Amino acid sequence: MNVMQPIDRIRGGVHENERHESGHKHVSGTAEYIDDIPEPQGTLHGYLGLSQRAHADILSIDFEAVKSSEGVIGVLTAADIPGENDISPAHKHDEPIFVTDKVEFHGQPIFAVVATSREAARRAAAKVKIEYRDLPHVTDVLEAAAANYPLVIDPLKLERGDIDAGFAKAKNILEGEMRIGGQDHFYLEGQISFAIPGEDDEVLVYSSTQHPAETQHMVATVLGVPSNAVTVNVRRMGGGFGGKETQANIFAAVAAVAAKKYRCPVKVRPDRDDDMSATGKRHDFHVDYKLGFDDDGRIEAVDAVFSARCGYSADLSGPVTDRALFHADNCYFYPNVRLRSRPLKTNTVSNTAFRGFGGPQGMVGGERMIEEIAYAVGKDPLEIRKLNFYGGEGRNLTPYHQTVEDNIIGRIIEELEASADYARRREAVIAFNRENHVVKRGIALTPVKFGISFTKTEYNQAGALVHVYTDGSIHLNHGGTEMGQGLYTKVAQVVADEFQVNLDRIKVTATTTGKVPNTSATAASSGSDLNGMAAANAAQQIKARLVKFAAERWNVAEADVAFEPNTVRVGAERLGFNEFIKIAYGARIQLSAAGFYKTPKIHWNRAEGRGRPFFYYAYGASCSEVSVDTLTGEYQVDRTDILHDVGRSLNPALDLGQVEGAFVQGMGWLTTEELWWDAKGRLRTHAPSTYKIPLASDRPRVFNTRLAEWSVNREETIRRSKAVGEPPFMLGISVLEALSMAAASVAEYRIAPRLDAPATPERVLMAIERLRAAARQKG
Amino acid sequence: MTIQIRNTIRFILNHRLVELADVSPVQTLLDFLRIDRNLKGTKEGCAEGDCGACTVLVGRLLDGQLKYESVNACIRFVGSLDGCHIVTVDSLAQPAGPLHPVQQAMVDTHASQCGFCTPGFVMSLYGLWMENPKPSIAEIEKALQGNLCRCTGYAAIIRAAEAISTIGDVGKDPLVAERDRIAGELAVLQDGRRVEIGSETERFILPGSVDDFAAVLEANPKATIVAGSTDVGLWVTKFMRDISPVIHLTHLEELRRITVDADGVTLGAGVSYAEAYPVIVEHFPELTELWDRIGGQQVRNMGTVGGNIANGSPIGDTPPALIALGASITLRKGARRRTVVLEDFFIAYGKQDREPGEFVESVRIPFVSDNARVAVYKVTKRLDEDITAVCGGFNIAFDAGRVTDAVIAFGGMAATPKRAAHVEAVLKGAEWNEEAVERAVAAFDKDFTPLTDWRASAEYRQLVAKNLLRRFYLETQSTGGQLRLDRTIAVAV
Repeated sequence: MNVMQPIDRIRGGVHENERHESGHKHVSGTAEYIDDIPEPQGTLHGYLGLSQRAHADILSIDFEAVKSSEGVIGVLTAADIPGENDISPAHKHDEPIFVTDKVEFHGQPIFAVVATSREAARRAAAKVKIEYRDLPHVTDVLEAAAANYPLVIDPLKLERGDIDAGFAKAKNILEGEMRIGGQDHFYLEGQISFAIPGEDDEVLVYSSTQHPAETQHMVATVLGVPSNAVTVNVRRMGGGFGGKETQANIFAAVAAVAAKKYRCPVKVRPDRDDDMSATGKRHDFHVDYKLGFDDDGRIEAVDAVFSARCGYSADLSGPVTDRALFHADNCYFYPNVRLRSRPLKTNTVSNTAFRGFGGPQGMVGGERMIEEIAYAVGKDPLEIRKLNFYGGEGRNLTPYHQTVEDNIIGRIIEELEASADYARRREAVIAFNRENHVVKRGIALTPVKFGISFTKTEYNQAGALVHVYTDGSIHLNHGGTEMGQGLYTKVAQVVADEFQVNLDRIKVTATTTGKVPNTSATAASSGSDLNGMAAANAAQQIKARLVKFAAERWNVAEADVAFEPNTVRVGAERLGFNEFIKIAYGARIQLSAAGFYKTPKIHWNRAEGRGRPFFYYAYGASCSEVSVDTLTGEYQVDRTDILHDVGRSLNPALDLGQVEGAFVQGMGWLTTEELWWDAKGRLRTHAPSTYKIPLASDRPRVFNTRLAEWSVNREETIRRSKAVGEPPFMLGISVLEALSMAAASVAEYRIAPRLDAPATPERVLMAIERLRAAARQKG
Repeated sequence: MTIQIRNTIRFILNHRLVELADVSPVQTLLDFLRIDRNLKGTKEGCAEGDCGACTVLVGRLLDGQLKYESVNACIRFVGSLDGCHIVTVDSLAQPAGPLHPVQQAMVDTHASQCGFCTPGFVMSLYGLWMENPKPSIAEIEKALQGNLCRCTGYAAIIRAAEAISTIGDVGKDPLVAERDRIAGELAVLQDGRRVEIGSETERFILPGSVDDFAAVLEANPKATIVAGSTDVGLWVTKFMRDISPVIHLTHLEELRRITVDADGVTLGAGVSYAEAYPVIVEHFPELTELWDRIGGQQVRNMGTVGGNIANGSPIGDTPPALIALGASITLRKGARRRTVVLEDFFIAYGKQDREPGEFVESVRIPFVSDNARVAVYKVTKRLDEDITAVCGGFNIAFDAGRVTDAVIAFGGMAATPKRAAHVEAVLKGAEWNEEAVERAVAAFDKDFTPLTDWRASAEYRQLVAKNLLRRFYLETQSTGGQLRLDRTIAVAV
């Protein structure tokens, strides 16, 4: 036996196109979601009763008809909460589970009905009689500012250079504003929790949550018990996208309170309409900007205020609006800059995390500024982009004083320009628009640079638990949650790679606060970066013990013990992994370890607006071409080409799926997904019949997605990969910019179209009308 | 004639015959599967027939032929399934057995992420594959208009749909190979009896024939008539309305007849959009795009033209086109029938010319005259599976460059589907040129004062309505270049 030759490769190691670990269960309907868990006998169902006013004092509540409704066991109000009636994740004490005397948005939970069936609880909840006294309400950002509504949390200011000197020097100064709409997550599996009461103060909660540790903490606080009494489990979510980072908590808390009160298992699952009315969304923004630039289009100064519709409470609006500012520069160097956030209170549901976490809104604002300059100087926006990219002497410092060290946007853009044949196609689009008077085309190539790490530094830690059993099978558990992104698959690939065993030897079990404690939300794209490292660390601890044991047992140097595909080599000998493990167990070697990881290098001082909040950046670019019907504003995406950076991918197939999916979701946000409130402050787009996410037929007619296979993370991340969850979401911006160009064509590209988002057919048509009128006036 | 009565409903669920005596009229198929039968593979995403997570196949007979169609279980009442074969995702593969080719294709192409929408996609693609083993991308997209996925961006799902026939042979699929046997079993269940289930406040009836339907409705004039349940389903799942007593009608083959004669087409009130599709494409090709954009495939399989008219919505998909074509409907009460020109049926918002105890029996669509040009334009926020913001139907006849007749009807512009009488008046007799069109455009302000809502503002609706007339004009000319979005631009994945 030639010991120096590797035998073969393991199946399912890192960098392989491994299938999603649950794929076969997804397709056969056997993947278990919380509503599929068999219900123990006596299971009860809770249903929330929601406010029918946007802002009002509650004068009285009559539960008579509710309580006498068929199947009703009881009604829960704030008085039934044994601990604190608050689930504010910002610890501002501004987010009650049940309001008592005043409602602050239409859809705010006031009570819950518990009944023998969900149907009975839901029907009963609708029978409540509440007497309100209306108060003036505000749903819009600018109206909130005009009405002197408070900020829900302290704003952030990022400042660098000398803004006044910058404007003084600039040959051109331009001011403008933009509105950017919010977005509903539309996870296909709605919010749900299922609580099973235990002994003493204990409760087990199955929750569709991205943040089991926080859900655990919130349930404990609400019950008035220590965290060790509460266990939160989540095997998988049917989609999260940020919508289950904090928004799952209320359902878990209500289920737990009811379960303890009635000593029965209790499930809480809202109808889709109630889910969309009562849970937070992506923040709508208003951006007010002032730009200074030279005649070539090089930026001299940027001064912008990002106002956000935060809703009635803080929730995550602080870090969300912070991240908007962190991404208002996108890939561009602003020599003199001042960026301010304005997280405004409104009488709407409290907005929350959503893929990109404010970053997309910041970036859309930044790209609008580029577009303004391009139309002002009469150039292709891509030229202005390139002119202002980070890079070169003294041009690498962000507005938050982090130096961009890993800039690869130049190469990404260059390759995509070539593969998408951008220059030729732009000419063809312009030629087409000269010949065609109804259908107009537009094309845009836009970059993405997205900072990776939680800006709340303490969240950048993770734990994992790895057991090797005596038969050589491996149990993996970590703090990350699976919501479809393939995290369980990727982390298992890492562990397979560490032990050099086939992937099918590893079983990933449901995320639970009982196995790995004090975890962070699976959010900020950090899932595989953090949990992959923690799992690798756990495996390495076990391996180190095994190596030490083998070296002693067989009397070889530790360097002569190696984990090779499905075998362990000890000197010149080779043992099967399972056999080796059995021997190690016999020698009383500990075959279990808790792994840990914390992201190095990062720090952030919010008060000063300085630091290194991000470990690294992920990059990408997309090029989209659209056709617009200028009689109706309807449009389609004719072609999109994407080149995206995921470093050395842990699983290219899954990463490609993340990129494609994120692009379409981002495109949906900027096009057909519109949140619309009526004069009474009611959200009227609260179901798929009224809120339109993209369909299969909306994806680009030609859709070419590639990963930048040459990219390697220069930081020491797990196998030099990069995060993938959020960054590609912003690739959708190219669709907005392409629509904008098509609109601009009706005024010969001489006027900045200022197309706001979402660019619904109506907004597109109205922009076209405005541009036509302006062009007529210009003559 | 005395009608025989049965007090149970009978259907085949996956591989087993089910007979139920105790069924609520508001019992949905989805809750029945998940709660009563513990079949958890089918998911609830929206409970309003818009996301497709609950898609199952329902096989039913028409003239002895068994056809399987995708439907939304969330808004389908169990009571309507008498004599049907229901196929759910749970039955496609045996535990520990190989996956079905549709499922295998989805796994191989990484077409599931969170997996929650996946069973619905599997069933929609299964329904497509059975009928069309090698579909084009356009056909795949059409079959998936009623399925939402929030994770994948759909590219992988399209790749899966294309790969199915490389994995399995549709001829060997159990539902194809054993179709005659299953059809035979279903035929036995069709005994022509009236089915009556439940008592006063929780009652539904499946009439034994159309005559029986007329009699039952006359005796129960306040009953809720349910055809495809794509609207009534939501009264239950969203508004929690009590709809008892319910009378179902889609099991009546007599109401699913389509007749074509020398002057036009007659659709029975129970004809689904999908069943009407071939005859629409053949005889009214100008309505093809509209038909392709009604709901999603599941809704087209369930919903009926008769129901679309009878519910009187101002934003129904078919009325503007049908009014423009000069359609009429036959209403029946007991043995008495009367014919109403469709536009006259819509009296006001929520009010139609239908007496208690009366029902829409058929819809008559006359052929287009040789000198007329017809166009229908549906404008929506999202191109597919969206409800009309503005929908315009145009039927304009010409002679030697002059307009001899003009019928123009709009949805989304008023409280009912409504004709643009002033616009028509300007056009009639006018020379067909831009000047006349612009004069007619100005008349829209006399015809319509639309509302603002979440689908569109009043301003947008008015402008688009005008622009649709302009488009109609441009399409009669040969200038201006490309006039419509080109959905056929090469699709690659």
